[in-house]
Amino acid sequence: MSGAVVEAEGLGLTFATGDGPVHALKDVSLSIGKGEFVSFIGPSGCGKTTFLRCVAGLEAPTSGSLRVNGMSADNARRARAYGYVFQAAGLYPWRTIGGNIALPLEIMKYPAAERQRRVRETLALVDLAGFENKYPWQLSGGMQQRASIARALGFDADLLLMDEPFGALDEIVRDRLNEELLALWARTGKTMLFVTHSIPEAVYLSTRIVVMSPRPGRISDVIESPLPKERPLEIRDSSAFIEIAHRVREGLRAGMEAA
Amino acid sequence: MTEAAAPGPATLAAATARRRLAARGAALRQSVLPVLGVIAALIAFWYLACIPMNAAQSVLEAARAGAPVTPAEASERRGMSGLALAVQNPAEAAARAYGQERPRLPAPHQIGAEVWAATAQVAPTSPRSLLYHGWVTLSATLLGFAFGAALGVLLAMGIVQFRVMDLSVMLWAIVSQTVPIIAIAPMVIVVLHSVGISGIVPKAAIAAWLSFFPVVVGMVKGLRSPDAAQLDLLKTYGATARQTFLSLRLPGSTPYLFASLKIAVAAALVGTIVAELPTGAQAGFGARLLAGSYYGQTVQIWSALVAAAVLAALLVALVGAAERLVLARMGLRR
Ligand SMILES: Nc1ncnc2c1ncn2[C@@H]1O[C@H](COP(=O)(O)OP(=O)(O)OP(=O)(O)O)[C@@H](O)[C@H]1O
Ligand SMILES: [Mg+2]
Repeated sequence: MSGAVVEAEGLGLTFATGDGPVHALKDVSLSIGKGEFVSFIGPSGCGKTTFLRCVAGLEAPTSGSLRVNGMSADNARRARAYGYVFQAAGLYPWRTIGGNIALPLEIMKYPAAERQRRVRETLALVDLAGFENKYPWQLSGGMQQRASIARALGFDADLLLMDEPFGALDEIVRDRLNEELLALWARTGKTMLFVTHSIPEAVYLSTRIVVMSPRPGRISDVIESPLPKERPLEIRDSSAFIEIAHRVREGLRAGMEAA
Repeated sequence: MTEAAAPGPATLAAATARRRLAARGAALRQSVLPVLGVIAALIAFWYLACIPMNAAQSVLEAARAGAPVTPAEASERRGMSGLALAVQNPAEAAARAYGQERPRLPAPHQIGAEVWAATAQVAPTSPRSLLYHGWVTLSATLLGFAFGAALGVLLAMGIVQFRVMDLSVMLWAIVSQTVPIIAIAPMVIVVLHSVGISGIVPKAAIAAWLSFFPVVVGMVKGLRSPDAAQLDLLKTYGATARQTFLSLRLPGSTPYLFASLKIAVAAALVGTIVAELPTGAQAGFGARLLAGSYYGQTVQIWSALVAAAVLAALLVALVGAAERLVLARMGLRR
C-alpha cells in the first residue's frame, strides 16, 4: 500500500452518447500525496470535472486503475473520505442556509450540539455569519456558492475536491477566500484537489499544477511550485510567481495547439 | 411654502400607502371585471336558452289558458322542436319560460330560490335541507379522500423504492381507473352490503377508488423530481436509500403532492355522489339528484348540482390554503 491519497494509473473514461463516444479522459496517470494542494487547469470541456467525479466515485472509469486512500473510489465514497464542492451550488431550496450546511452532518449522525457549532463556525469562515436562517433564494449566487463551500468544510474529511468553487465570486472576495483556504489547508493538512480557470489562483494556491488539454482529455503538463508554504497575497508580484504563471500559460497554449 | 417643499415622513408614508391601495384597487378591477363580464354573459345566455328549452310547456299552458297559438293543433305541435315553437310563438314562449313548476331548463333565479329555501328556510337536520345532504356527502367524501390519499402516497413510495412494484402496481392502478366507475359502483356497494357493510363505508370506498390515482401519479413524479446533481450530493455523503428518501425525495415531492391532492379531493366528491346514485340512498347529493329525476323535479336536481359544485370549490380551496401554508413554512416560494 502506497502513501498516496489519490493514485491514478492510465485512467480513461469514454462516454457513450447518442452521436458517438466522447473521450472525456485518456491515459491520465497521477499520484497525489497526503497534504498536497493540486490544482487542475485547462480549457472548458477538457475533463477536469470528470476526473474529480471519478475520484469521488460518482463516475466509473472505463479503463485504467484508480485508488483513493488505498481503496476503490466507490469504497472511499462510502467511507466518507472526501468533501466535494460542486461547480453549481446546489443548495436544497426547502432548507435554510444553516439547514443545508447541517445536511451532511445529519446524515453522518453528528450530535445536534456539535452540528450547531460546526454550522456557525463554517458560516463565519465563508463570511456568511447571520445568514443561517435565510433560504437559498434570499442569497446572491456568490453567497450561495460560499454556502456550498461551507457545507463541504463542516465535516471531517481529509480530502477536499473543489470544482471551480470561486468561479462566481468577485476579485476581492476571491482573494480573501483564497487566503482563507490556504490558512485552512495549513491548519488541517487536508489534501486538496482544486479545479480553476484562473492561472493566478492556481499558482497562488498550489503545491502542484496539473495542466490539461482537451479532445481527448489528458494531462499535458505537471508543474511543481517552488513557492514557500507561507504565501502572503503580495507573493503574486514576485518573479518566481510570474515565472510559474508563465509556464502554466505556455502549457495551456501548447495543449490547445496540439488538440 | 416650506411645508409643501418638505413633506414630513408621515405624509410621505400616507401617500405611499394610498398609492399602494390605488394600485391594488386597479389590479382588483383588472381581474374582477372580466370575470364578472363572463358570468353576466353566461347568465344572459342561460336565460335566453330557457325560452326554446321550455317552449313546449309554455305553448301548452298558453293553449290551455285559451290564448291563440300556432300551430293550433296539439298533434301538429308534438313533433316540433322547442326552437321552432319559440319562433312561432315568441310572446307566449318568453312570458311563460321562467315560471314553470317543472321546467326542462330552470332559470338561474329559480335555482337560486330553491337553494335558498333548502338551506336557510329549513332546519339543517331536515331531510329537505341541502345542508343535511351536503353533510352526508361531505363526510363520505372526506373519509374516502383520506384513505385514497394515504393509499396513493404509500403506493407511490413503494413504486419509487422497489422496482418490482414499479413494474406491477402502476399498471393495475391505471386499469382500475379505466373501469367505468358508474358501472362498478353498484357492484361494490351491493357486494359490501351483502357482507353487512353499508352506510358511509361503501361510499367512501368509491371515493377512495377515484382519489388514490391522481395522488399516485403526482407523488411518483414528485418523488422522482430530484435531479442528478441533488442525488450526487447525497451520494458524496454516503447517504443510505432511507436517508436519501427522507432528506431529498420526500421534501422535493411536496409541491407535486398538493397539486394532486386538489384533483383527488374533487374526484372523491364525484365518487361519493356516484356511489349515492344507484342504491336508493336516502341522503346525500346523489340521492337528491336521483329523487329529483324520478319526480321530474328539475329545479331540485339543479340546486343539488349547484350545491355540489360549491362544495367542490370549497374543498379545492381548502387544499389550496393548506398548500400555501405548508410551502411557505418550507421556505418554498411559489
Ligand atoms: N454525462 C456525460 N455524458 C456525456 N458526455 C459527458 C458527460 N459529462 C461530461 N461529458 C463530456 O466530457 C467532456 C469533459 O467534460 P467535463 O465536465 O469534465 O469538462 P470540464 O473540464 O469540467 O469543463 P468546464 O471547465 O467547462 O467545467 C466534455 O466534452 C463533455 O461534453
Ligand atoms: Mg467542469
